[in-house]
Amino acid sequence: MNAVEVNNIVKSYNRGKPQALRGLSFQVQPGELFGLIGPDGAGKTSLFRILTTLLLPDSGAATVLGYDTVKDYKIIRRLVGYMPGRFSLYQDLTVAENINFFATVFNTTVAENYHLIKDIYQQIEPFKHRKAGALSGGMKQKLALSCALIHKPQVLFLDEPTTGVDAVSRKEFWEMLKKLKNQGITILVSTPYMDEASLCDRVALVQHGTILDINTPQGIIQNFGKPLWSVRSNDIYRLLNDLRAHDATYSCYAFGETHHITLKEDDFPIDIIYQYLQSKRHESIEIQQIKPNIEDCFMALME
Amino acid sequence: MRTLRFLLQKEFRQIFRDPAILRIIFMMPIVQLILLPFAADYEIKNINLSVVDQDHSTYSQQLIQKMTASGYFRLTNYAPSYPQALQAVESNTADIILTIPPHFEKDLVRHSEAKIMLAANAINGVKAGLGTSYAMQIINDFNREVREDWILLPKYNEMPTIEIVTANWYNPQIDYHLFMVPGILAILVTMVGSFLAAMNIVREKEVGTIEQINVTPVHKYQFLLGKLIPFWVLGLVTLAMGFLVAWIIFGIIPVGYYITIFSFAAVYLLAVLGIGLLVSTYADTQQQATLIAFFFMMIFILLSGLYTPVESMPGWAQVISWLNPVTHFVTVVRAVVIKGSGISDVLPELFTVLGFAIFYNSWAVLNYRKTA
Repeated sequence: MNAVEVNNIVKSYNRGKPQALRGLSFQVQPGELFGLIGPDGAGKTSLFRILTTLLLPDSGAATVLGYDTVKDYKIIRRLVGYMPGRFSLYQDLTVAENINFFATVFNTTVAENYHLIKDIYQQIEPFKHRKAGALSGGMKQKLALSCALIHKPQVLFLDEPTTGVDAVSRKEFWEMLKKLKNQGITILVSTPYMDEASLCDRVALVQHGTILDINTPQGIIQNFGKPLWSVRSNDIYRLLNDLRAHDATYSCYAFGETHHITLKEDDFPIDIIYQYLQSKRHESIEIQQIKPNIEDCFMALME
Repeated sequence: MRTLRFLLQKEFRQIFRDPAILRIIFMMPIVQLILLPFAADYEIKNINLSVVDQDHSTYSQQLIQKMTASGYFRLTNYAPSYPQALQAVESNTADIILTIPPHFEKDLVRHSEAKIMLAANAINGVKAGLGTSYAMQIINDFNREVREDWILLPKYNEMPTIEIVTANWYNPQIDYHLFMVPGILAILVTMVGSFLAAMNIVREKEVGTIEQINVTPVHKYQFLLGKLIPFWVLGLVTLAMGFLVAWIIFGIIPVGYYITIFSFAAVYLLAVLGIGLLVSTYADTQQQATLIAFFFMMIFILLSGLYTPVESMPGWAQVISWLNPVTHFVTVVRAVVIKGSGISDVLPELFTVLGFAIFYNSWAVLNYRKTA
C-alpha cells in the first residue's frame, strides 16, 4: 500500500479558471522522504491542503495510508501531522503550553512521545516559558515541527518548512527530517529551493499545477541527456544576449555569475562558440562542461 | 469531555493574557455606566428663551416670570423685535422665542382673547418639541389663572370639567437613571457576547491557527463550545460587574430578583453568541468582523427601545425591533429592575429569545464548515 496516492486531482478557486491543480497524479511509498519542488504558485500548498483534508478537490481522488481524503477525513486527521507554511501556533501561549495543548487535543501526552521530538524539542526547551510569538524564525520552525510530531503521525506534511529560514537552520532542519525518516515516518515536503531536492529520496517537479517529472534526484539529473556548458565573460548581460543570438544555442539562462547553455547538436564543437564570443569582443571568456543540477533539469523541463 | 476541558483552559488562558480584553470587560461597564446615564437624559432643562415683549404690561411680565420660574427655561435674551430675536437663534444663544404682541393685556381684558407666538429652533427636534410643549402647558396654566381672576366662577361649573392627576407608577420621580442604566447594561452584555466572541474566532482564522486545529481530531462542536462557553461566562461576569457599578454609583438595586435577570441573561447570551458566531463564519479578517458587528450593533441599539420607545416607531421598524434580541433583553431588565417582574412575567420574552438562540446558532453551525 502506498502511503500517499494522488489520482488526477483537479482544483480551481475562482469557478474553473485559473486551475491551481490540473490533474496531478503520483504515489509516495511508506517511509519515503518525498519532495515537491516548484516555484511559488505551482500548487504545492493546495495539494497539501487537499491531502490533509482541509480542502476538497474538484475532481480526482487522493488517499493517505489507504484512507480517502474526502470520506475518511476523520481517520486521516488522527494519522497525519501537518505543518503549514505560515507559522500557525498560538503566539500568545508559551512554547510548553502550545505543545501540551496539541498533545492533549490528540489524546496523548508530551511524555508519551517525547522520544520522537526529543532532538528537536531539546533545542527550544530552554525557552519553554517564552511565548511562541517571541521566538526567532528558526525556533518557531522547530516548535511547529514538534507540535506536528507530538501525536506520532505516520505521514508528515511539511509545507515549505525552510522558506525564510537561514542557511544554518535549513541544514539542521533537513538533518532532523532524515532522523525522522529513519524512524519510519513518511514525509512529504515542499520547497521552492532547488538545492534541497537532492536531499529527498524522490522528488516531483511541479509547475502551474502539473507535474513535470517524478524521479529520484539522481534520476532526474541523468535524464537531462545533453551536455551542459557554463560560460562566463567580463560582460555578463551582453554575453547572455550574444549567446542567445547564436544559431547553435538550444537554451541559455543565467545561473549565478555564469550562464548555462545547451546546444542544438550534442557534438557541436564548443570552440566555435568560443571564437564567436571573441569576435564579439568579450574578454576573459571561460567555457567549461559541467554536471547539470536539479535547477537545470527544471529549466529544461519547463520548455 | 477531556478535549473540551483543555480547549476551555486554552481559551481562558488566552483571554486572561490579553490585556485589551480584560480592560474591555472591566472598564467598559464602569465607564459606560458612569457616562451614559447622565448624558442620555431626556428631561430637557435649561432651554434658552428669548422674549420679544412688545406689550410691556403687567400680564406680559407675569407670563415671562411664570415661564422662567418653571425651571425649564432660562431667559437669555430680551429682544426688542422678532428679527433680532431670530438673530439670537441663529447665533445659537436662544432655542425658543416667545413673542408677546402689543396690546396683549388690553385684548385679553377687553376681548377676552389675545395671541402670542412661540417659535422654536427645530434643529434639535427633541428640544424643540419638548420645549414648546412645556411652554404651552405654562401658558395654559397662565390662561386659567387669568380667567379665574376676571370671571367670577359660579358655584358649580356649568361645563363639566375633568381634572387630571397623574401618578407615575414604579418610577414615581421619573428618574432617568433608573430607566437608562438597565438598558445600558443590556447593551454591554450584548457587546461582550457578540463582538468579542466573533473577533476571537475570526482571529484564529486570520492568524492561521484554525488550520492547525482543523487537522486535529477536534470536533466541530468541541471547537465551537470551547469558543462560546468562555464568552458566555464573561457576559454574565460583565453583567454582574455592571450591577455592582449601578449599585455603587446610582444606588440602583433591582426591585425583582437578581436570579431572574441572570437566568434570562443566560438564555439571552446564547442568542447573542449565536449572532457572534454567525458573523465569524462570514468574516475572514478581524477588520471585516468589526465592521459587520458594528453595523448590527448600530441597528440593534437604535431599534431596541433603549432611547426611543418601540411603540412610537413605524410598523416596519416595530417588526425589526421585535426581531432584535436586544429589545427583549432591554424590556426584561427594565421590568425586573424597575417593576420587580418575576420569571413568570417574562416567560414570553424568554421563549422568544430562546427561539432566536436556536435560530442563530443553527444558521451559524450550518454555515461553519470545517472543510473549506
